[in-house]
Formats: sequence, C-alpha cells, structure tokens
Amino acid sequence: MTVMNIGFVPLLDAAPVIVAAEMGFAAEEGLTLNLQPAASWSLVRDMLAFGTVDAAHMLAPVPVAGALALGGGTKVNLSVGAVLSMNGTVIGVGEPVANRMRDAGFVFDFADPIAARETLLAVAPKPLRLGVPFPFSMHYELVTYWLGVAGQGAVDIRTVPPSLMADAIANDEIDAFCVGEPWGSLVVEQTAGTLLLPSTAIWSQAPEKVLAMRTDWGDENVEVRNALIRAMVKAAQWLGDPSSSTIAAEILSATEFLDLPAEVLDRGLSGHLTISSRGDNRRVIDFVNFFAGAANFPWRSQAEWIGAQLAQRAGLDQKTACKRAASVFRSDWYRDAMVGTGFDVPGASSKIEGANANDMPIASALGRLTLKPNQFYDCRVFDPDQVG
Amino acid sequence: MDKNLSIVVVEPDQDRGREIAEGLSAIGYRDILIIGDTAKLSSKVMAAQADVVLIDVANPSRDVLEELTIASDPMNRPVALFVDEDKEGLAKAAVENGISAYVVNGLSADRLRPVLDAAIARFNMVGRMRTELVQAKRALEERKVIDRAKGLLMKARKIDEEAAYALLRRTAMDQGRKVVDVAQALVTAADLLS
Repeated sequence: MTVMNIGFVPLLDAAPVIVAAEMGFAAEEGLTLNLQPAASWSLVRDMLAFGTVDAAHMLAPVPVAGALALGGGTKVNLSVGAVLSMNGTVIGVGEPVANRMRDAGFVFDFADPIAARETLLAVAPKPLRLGVPFPFSMHYELVTYWLGVAGQGAVDIRTVPPSLMADAIANDEIDAFCVGEPWGSLVVEQTAGTLLLPSTAIWSQAPEKVLAMRTDWGDENVEVRNALIRAMVKAAQWLGDPSSSTIAAEILSATEFLDLPAEVLDRGLSGHLTISSRGDNRRVIDFVNFFAGAANFPWRSQAEWIGAQLAQRAGLDQKTACKRAASVFRSDWYRDAMVGTGFDVPGASSKIEGANANDMPIASALGRLTLKPNQFYDCRVFDPDQVG
Repeated sequence: MDKNLSIVVVEPDQDRGREIAEGLSAIGYRDILIIGDTAKLSSKVMAAQADVVLIDVANPSRDVLEELTIASDPMNRPVALFVDEDKEGLAKAAVENGISAYVVNGLSADRLRPVLDAAIARFNMVGRMRTELVQAKRALEERKVIDRAKGLLMKARKIDEEAAYALLRRTAMDQGRKVVDVAQALVTAADLLS
C-alpha cells in the first residue's frame, strides 16, 4: 500500500475523495488515503505547494489562476488530473431581499436565471453585496457571468468562507450569496435566506471541483498518479448511482468529515432541495454530477473558459491566458490512467463549451460515450479556437 | 534590526491575540493591531496599512485575505503570501506551525523571521494551554457523569460505591465502550424514565 496525504475542504463535493478512502476504491488501487481537512482554500493550495499533501480536492479555477500568476500562492505549478464534480452550488438571497422579491411578484421557481436576475437587481440594495467563498472559484465566475453587463457597478462581490455564509447573511454583511452545498441548505435551515438558482441554471456543465496535484509530483510519480485518478473515478461512479446517495450522506455526515446531519447532506446529493424556511421543495436534475457523461474528464476547453474569464477580469491577454490555462487540465494524464480499465474516454481533449442542448454522442476510445447537455443560460458558445 | 513594521494579527480568540501581541512587543515591535471580528476583514486590513498580516491557518477567514492579492486599485498596497520570494522554507515552517503570514510585496525574509518566530512561539504556547484546559474540563465533566451513574446504581441495586464503579467498568469492558459512555447512557435512561 502506498500512503498518500490528501487535502480537502469539508463540502458535499469532497465526496469522491472521502468515498474513495472509506469505501475501498483507493485500497483497490493499492492506496491508503490519509485525508487532511483544511479550513480554507488558500490553505489547501499551500499544503499542496509545500508538499504537506500530495493531492487535493480543489476549486477548478485555483490551479488555472496559479498558471496565470494570479492570487497569493507560491510559484509552484499545479495540474488537474480529473474533474471531481460538476455544479452542486446554489445562489441564494437573504430574507430581506427574498421578501422584496416576493412582493414584486417573483415566484421562486429555482429555474429561470433571467427572471431571477431582473427581479433581484430591481429590488436589491445598491450595490448588491454578494458573498462567494473564494476570489478564484466557479462561484465567482458563474455569478459574474450570470449578472453580466447588468451587474457591472451594481454588485459588490465579497469573499465569505462557506461555513460563515449563513452568519454573514444573518448579520446583514451580505445581501446574497453563491455557495456549495450543504452550506446553502444551512442558510435555509437557519431561516436566514431563500435559494434562488442552482448553478446548473447558469451553465449546465460547470466543472466545480478538481483533483489537483503539483505538476512535478505528478510527472515523477506516474504509477501513483494513475492509481489515484482511477480511485477517484471509481468513487465518482459509485456516487453517480442514485441508490448510493443515502449511504454517501451517512458517510459524509461523520464528525471527521462534514459533521452535519445526513438529512441536510442528502438534499444536495439527491437534488431534492428545500429552498425556503417555508418548506418549498424543488427537484433539480443533475444538481451535482459526479460521473455521468464523462464528467471526470479534464477538458482543456473547461480550463480555457476559466482562463478567459480570469484574463478578462485581470486585464491579461486572452489568447496567452487560454493557452496557459489549457496546459493545467491534464487530459493526457487522465487518458493514461484509464487505459485498460473499461472506462471510456473522449477522443478529443477540447470541445466547444455550451454547444449542445441535448445529450450528444461523441467519438471515444470504446465508442459508447454520450455527453450531457452543455448550455450556458444565455445560449452563448465558447469556442477556445476563437479566443483573442 | 528594524522594528518599524506595522503588524496585524487576525485572531478571534482574545487571549491568544493578546499573547501574540505581547510576544511581538517584547522583542521591540510597537505597531501591532489585533483584529478579533473577521467581518469586513479585507477592508479592515487594508485600512491598517499593514506590512505583515498574521492569521491562524485554521481560521477559514484566511480566504478573505486572498482578495487583497488581486487589489486592482494602484493606491492599494499589494499583499502576497510571503513565500513568493522565500528561499528558507519560512512559509512552510509557519504553516506547519499553524500560522500563515501575508506581507506587502518586497518585504525581505530576514525582516520577517523574528516576527514569525515570536508569533509561532506564543501561538503554540496558547495552543498547549488551551488543550490542557479542554482536557481538564472534559475530565471534570466525565467525573460528574460517572458520579451520577454510580449514585443511580447504588440506590437501585443497594450496593456500595466501589461495587457500583466495578459494575460500570465491567459493563464497559464487556461492551468494548468507555466507562463514561456507559455512565452517560445510564444517566440519560434514568432521566427519560423519571
């Protein structure tokens, strides 16, 4: 057995890492995972850089930001060996704003991003104070993409750690938030806010968390790297089976992981969310997707989308940024790991993001891969070859 | 050594914050601000014009400081995790000891080292004291529960204290549980039945 230290932040989507360790998927690959919780994303990033952990559950934009020399980290290069989850985050508003939206006749359908945005910006205080967990996160990117031109100058985006989001809403430090489960459900539990949209309503295939490691470590430990990627994909496959959600919620609820009631965790896992303290329920298809439609494949184009957003914000050259970003998502590592496993992998490493409204069969190694619908709320497409 | 650094210590625990500040002033640093309430942390840190910001790595609000690394206003002082220019493993040692430091770009490692050394020493001392306190409290709580359970057994089974404790211990061993857990179960059951 090879012992590995793995960092994670206690969130629902740390599930692949936790399940790989707890359900024997890592052991099948000859690995013993020593899981190390961290209180902040900057700490996970530093633990990776200093070698305190070998790999980590990480926000997809963090390794990309590192490649663009943005943020407070070290100059150590990080690479992504697999995507651990798609979506699984929620946008919500504090009760004062929620009440004003209700008064304006808004129905909290948890589905229509345009109606939600129009009503929110019409009734919210100016500027709208909106909390996201980290400056380099899909939360930040999806919220700014969703608010678009209408949000410019009207929104003050602030960093609030997930575990403090409910308090920040309750203490009137922020008016709205975007956060990963189960922290959105906990805001509802504390009667502090109402959920407005799932992240799937903004981009149906947003890569949320990734398996990150130091690039030099990955290059020097090919066998272990491959075993770890396989363990994650097997755990993700198990999590992707709807019949696993009850047991998964029980495992995650343990003190050493999320230390929260299994019932609250099950909401996100099953896609049955309670959106308000009045008990309104909404069902979201693929609220969080761990496996289906080659979800774990690190598409270069996903990194390029992130790179393009970051470059726009930081005033960097788009083309250069996309090129650097693409080098971080290692579709080649993923393919290496999956050889001979029976898991199918896409033939291409990049695709046009946002281009298919329906399931789409694609060329793949074993010829039986179908991608999930991939659409942005505004029906724009992102073609990495057309950047700059 | 130049002691004209402005230092911010982000620490919600008042005792620990004071300890760290005392440790720093004991070696000559005078300009120290303790921030206990992490609400609006980034604007507070910005307003303090700090050269060094020290924060517990276990504090989730550390992520808020990342905002400062991308300050776009040219009037703002850029802040970075100091490891950028660090060749001595200072940053690694600090994080492993439970502290991370953000510094204004360009601050050299030798100016930072005494600050970190003092902060880490105090930080660990308070940490040890707290662990001892928690353990002492737990031991007291446990003894209270065990005493109540013994009392219940003595009354119900008409046995003396020693026999009551022996019974608790034997039950715990048979079930592979801690004495305090068995005692707690008994106390809870008695509360429910009464």
